[in-house]
Amino acid sequence: MSAPEATHRPGQALLSGLPREALLERLREMLRIRRFEERCAELYTQGKIHGFLHLCIGEEAVAVGAMRALRPEDNVVSTYREHGHALARGISAAAVMAEMFGKANGCSRGRGGSMHLFDAQHRFFGGHAIVGGGLPIAVGLALAARMRQEARVTCCFFGDGAVAEGVFHESLNLAALWRLPVLFLCENNLYAMGTHITRHQSQIDIARKAAAYGLPGQAVDGMAVLEVEEAARAAVAAVRAGEGPRLLEARTYRFRAHSMYDPELYRSREEVAQWKQRDPIDLLAGALRQADLLDDAALAQLEGEVAAEIDLAVAAAEAGPWEPVQDLLKDVHSPRFA
Amino acid sequence: MPTTMTYREAVRAALAEALRSDERVLLMGEDVGRYGGAFACSRGLLEEFGPERVRDTPLSEATFVGAGIGAALGGMRPIVEIMTCNFALLALDQIVNHAAIMRHMSGGQFSVPLVIRMASGGGRRVAAQHSNSFEGWFARLPGVTVLAPATVQDARTMLRGALREPDPVLIFEHILLYPVQGEVDEQADTDIRRAAVRRPGRDVSLITYGGSLPKTLAAAEQLAAEGIEAEVIDLRCLRPLDTELFLDSVRRTHRAVVVDEAWYTGSLAAEISALIMERAFYDLDAPVARVCSAEVPLPYAGHLEDAALPQAAAIERTVKEMMAGHG
Repeated sequence: MSAPEATHRPGQALLSGLPREALLERLREMLRIRRFEERCAELYTQGKIHGFLHLCIGEEAVAVGAMRALRPEDNVVSTYREHGHALARGISAAAVMAEMFGKANGCSRGRGGSMHLFDAQHRFFGGHAIVGGGLPIAVGLALAARMRQEARVTCCFFGDGAVAEGVFHESLNLAALWRLPVLFLCENNLYAMGTHITRHQSQIDIARKAAAYGLPGQAVDGMAVLEVEEAARAAVAAVRAGEGPRLLEARTYRFRAHSMYDPELYRSREEVAQWKQRDPIDLLAGALRQADLLDDAALAQLEGEVAAEIDLAVAAAEAGPWEPVQDLLKDVHSPRFA
Repeated sequence: MPTTMTYREAVRAALAEALRSDERVLLMGEDVGRYGGAFACSRGLLEEFGPERVRDTPLSEATFVGAGIGAALGGMRPIVEIMTCNFALLALDQIVNHAAIMRHMSGGQFSVPLVIRMASGGGRRVAAQHSNSFEGWFARLPGVTVLAPATVQDARTMLRGALREPDPVLIFEHILLYPVQGEVDEQADTDIRRAAVRRPGRDVSLITYGGSLPKTLAAAEQLAAEGIEAEVIDLRCLRPLDTELFLDSVRRTHRAVVVDEAWYTGSLAAEISALIMERAFYDLDAPVARVCSAEVPLPYAGHLEDAALPQAAAIERTVKEMMAGHG
């Protein structure tokens, strides 16, 4: 599977329909994720961030486009490559960065790290690093919303690798059977760690798998933020209207290694370079320039805002306190009800 | 006012009470609705509470347990039934990697008030894939509470306490207990975390739980006829263990036999034995003994199954050997 053609642009409606400020905001959000993660990679080499660090650089359009389709009361369930989802959902860069550092002011109080970002206020239910493990939980969140007659949609992110897990199939089946308000959002970056989709799927058209469970599935260019947003908005509207779950497959690509340990022996530099031609940030910036909505000064201003925010986030993480060791066992259990 | 019922009826009454008293409670699992439960524990509940709250699920253990986690996170109080603990292995990821750890991993933000019930144990001639006692495995997990109601009373009232817990609770119901009859005080409200002395005695402490309790009590009666007074302790809660209760007993009797239907290796019985060694060693008149299952997949043939499982005769023999060796 190669990069999708850049000619067809269903996102055009948003491009022409949204005010300039809103379009720049989407560009800013993608830049924010990109620069945040670039800083994370630096901090990793400096020994400030440890363990696994999975960067979503190249996939920012999916996070930003999808989150724009959600409301604050909706639920988000994510994966271990979730920095972009967390930031796009509105969790502060400082809280995410402090979590990377393992500090007590991190969004999971230093208990989770890069792979386990949680935030109750933003209804961000993790950060799950067992591939596919979040899907059943999303189904349950949707069940609760339905039974409590809440208008929430649950958006569940997962990668193409998860599609090979049994719980993917079980979860689509159960959500469709019970017509639950879930948007299953597959970020297909073509690789399950280092295994190309043609080497782990008998049917590489993931969106088509939805048909087996009787729910609509659709694929979208995951490098085009406005296309992702448009498709996500349509899917979320249908889900919210009670039409049952939807599967949306965003075809994207990870520009960086799987994790900081990955020597990338499984793909060629040419392939990566080819996909970088379709960098989601460049695509939107290019479209905005073409429409006379962006110039160098405006882009520099966005970059400056983003850099300032990340500087503050790193400072907050550096200054943040460590959880006292005597609190090691805290939160294994909740305080018991009397 | 005590009433007489079977363990199965007690489970059903407990479920009905839960569904009646809290609209956030739902019951889901394989065949819990129209079929009435594989062990008939939920018969009539679909009719009384309807298909929204009593949900038959596909055979997707990982997903319906995970859906229970999600529903709990979303404000419900789900009770998930897994037909046997062997099938729970298909949901192990959701229990171990998600339910048990979510509160801690999220820095205290997300509790999972989920109750999972499942049948366990052997003795029904259903062979090696339906007869295991895995409760000891689950009792190793920080973050969960593990219950093993061994009496009809506990089957009736422990669920009430389980639903008050803010974190996941796993309840193991031994398959041989379902037809057992007993007297029940439906209003009794006991602390689910306390062990209970089911029979007082001065000579030896027999520490057990779940389906092994009736066998242990039978052995204690036989021993009493021969002048040995055994104290029988029902753990009730396998995590956290009510350690003080059984240590107090051992400090009085100076002898301990742990009866546990799981395999010996790495069993809960091994853990209890270690706790006694660490904290009551100098009170002991004899090494702690264990009566567990033979290290074999449970065979179908009745005589082999009987030989593999802990039986009253083996408990009795173990106690007598202990008393003889160190009397």
